[in-house]
Amino acid sequence: MPCISPDGKPTGSGITVLKSLKEGALSPEEIASKTGQPLFRVRSGLRELKNAGLVEETQEKYGLSKTGEKAIQ
Amino acid sequence: MEAQKEETGFPVLGQTAPDFEAVTTQGTLRLSDYKGTWLILFSHPADFTPVCTTEFMAFTEIYDELKKRNTELLGLSVDSVSSHIAWIRNCEEKMGVKIPFPIIADLNKEVAKKFGMIHPQQSKTETVRCVFIIDPESKIRAMLYYPLTTGRNMAEILRLIDALQTSDKYKVATPANWKPGDPVVVPPPSTAEQAEERLKQGFECKDWYLCTKKVPEGA
Repeated sequence: MPCISPDGKPTGSGITVLKSLKEGALSPEEIASKTGQPLFRVRSGLRELKNAGLVEETQEKYGLSKTGEKAIQ
Repeated sequence: MEAQKEETGFPVLGQTAPDFEAVTTQGTLRLSDYKGTWLILFSHPADFTPVCTTEFMAFTEIYDELKKRNTELLGLSVDSVSSHIAWIRNCEEKMGVKIPFPIIADLNKEVAKKFGMIHPQQSKTETVRCVFIIDPESKIRAMLYYPLTTGRNMAEILRLIDALQTSDKYKVATPANWKPGDPVVVPPPSTAEQAEERLKQGFECKDWYLCTKKVPEGA
């Protein structure tokens, strides 16, 4: 399911992905394993979350941005 | 400005599947999002049509079995995402079946043309019933084409996944009508010396070129 709703806020799936990154950056495979979401959906969701500025990608791992941290507080 | 070249084609077995980005009922997906998993990309002629509805219910029935085999489903037709959503809601309300996999809304036929899903002798506007089995490295490993009149056989699709995964895991081939648990075919020898040795290697052999062995069930 999409991770960003039309109003630009993270959806339930998006929040699940963001929360999985609380303890540090993870690869899409690690996020899929941690959240139980299918890998294809995690990859697509990470793209949306990155475009929305909620996650940052470094060396194929994804971590929370400052905005992402605020979104799950 | 030069017009963007339209990509069309009929894929062949073994080629890397053409990548795409498409709007689906589960958000925007790329083929590359499926890297690392097996994928069944399949097209249907149109939403709210009887044979397609039976197929979608049947694909849903085998979805859990496919997931056990690290395999995902991705549907496609040239209908809009609103039409897809209305149809899957109808399937749930009227047939009691919740469609769990995404469906591409290929309104501009971009993906359909890349994969040769439109066969003008069948229909100039709708996609025929195609099945592309794409492996974790994005190679096209098998293709099925069915006409508009004929619904697909899910047991055969599941069997095909099992056969391909067994072939990859054990470096063997599978004979006619093979099903998991049946003996598999050992690749034929390529030299006279190997042919001589083959008969002493403990396989079940009809002759030097047709030898079988058992492999554990479940790839």
